[in-house]
Amino acid sequence: MGYLTDRARVEGLGSAKLGTGHFWEQRISAIALLFLVPLFVFPFASNLGGGYDEVKAAYAHPVNAVIAIAFFLTGFLHLFQGLQVVIEDYVHSRMGMVLIIAMRLLCTLFALVGVYAVIRISLGA
Amino acid sequence: MVEFALPKNSRIRTGKTWPKPEGAKNVRKFLIYRWSPEDGENPRVDTYFVDMDTCGPMVLDALIKIKNEIDPTLTFRRSCREGICGSCAMNIDGGNELACIFGLDEIKGDVKIYPLPHMQVVKDLIPDLTQFYAQHASIMPWLETKTNPPHKEWRQSIEDRKQLDGLYECVMCACCSASCPSYWWNSDRYLGPAALLHAYRWIIDSRDEATGERLDDLEDPFKLYRCHTIMNCAQTCPKGLNLAKAIAEVKKLMVQRTV
Repeated sequence: MGYLTDRARVEGLGSAKLGTGHFWEQRISAIALLFLVPLFVFPFASNLGGGYDEVKAAYAHPVNAVIAIAFFLTGFLHLFQGLQVVIEDYVHSRMGMVLIIAMRLLCTLFALVGVYAVIRISLGA
Repeated sequence: MVEFALPKNSRIRTGKTWPKPEGAKNVRKFLIYRWSPEDGENPRVDTYFVDMDTCGPMVLDALIKIKNEIDPTLTFRRSCREGICGSCAMNIDGGNELACIFGLDEIKGDVKIYPLPHMQVVKDLIPDLTQFYAQHASIMPWLETKTNPPHKEWRQSIEDRKQLDGLYECVMCACCSASCPSYWWNSDRYLGPAALLHAYRWIIDSRDEATGERLDDLEDPFKLYRCHTIMNCAQTCPKGLNLAKAIAEVKKLMVQRTV
């Protein structure tokens, strides 16, 4: 490393030729959440404190159920996209890579748990 | 991992207080960062008192007066004294400025002067800009053409030339890059606002024929996409350029050729 020229250091491994996909998808998920958050929060909040039957009735409606599923999928996708940027910004070396893998797995898990819960409430007996 | 505290050998201590000028009535206090690679000491902040009745209006005037009349060891870069060479960039009163065009009347209270933040210091107020210049060179800051050169010159319409306004004026002082948190944490991989502004200047030059290659070279999670539009660059630029907008335009072109 000590004998690299400054230009060689700056060039590094060259361009990864990606990054636009992440940038663009993060904007799209942000736009989607602009609508999904209020659409999800309104039926969710209006049933807070209610019994299981009331919640079940609310999510038996396909619009509410589909919005809730879309919210969990988009929300956790957007969360991961944001966390990835934060980790890349602040955590360097191998620890950053480990954290990105862990966050990706956790976000996927949480999204699946959310989707499963909505389906179960919506379609369950 | 990002370091939020200074390493032990960079911690700043209180330095020497130089005597006040005799008989002066209008005196102003200057607190200036000092560090020499030769004495093995930590950086310090020296205190100087300048007679403002015999000093010019700009921060650089005061620095030159201090060097000429009080402490000849004070070290800083300067050349044109009119904001066109970019040499005297430093952190003045908490912001990155060109000392030659920053008026002392714009500062309330004591004048605090440090080198550009988060750059390696060569001595006193002089930062090491080697990496900064290498990043500029890496974006190919010249006209790239494939067509055979014309007999006279590469022609450009008045409208096309106008596209370069707000970009060509950059004097490479490094105030922007040194103000950018993304550059602080990732300057080894992120090109920084100055290099990206220059990249855009050549990308939108109507005469340039390497637009695709230029965008290819920039398309990288670190080289370009570390910019999170914090906009410190645009706020601090002593030439009043909007670097954040130039970088956003590059990102728009990236999306335009994808979608």
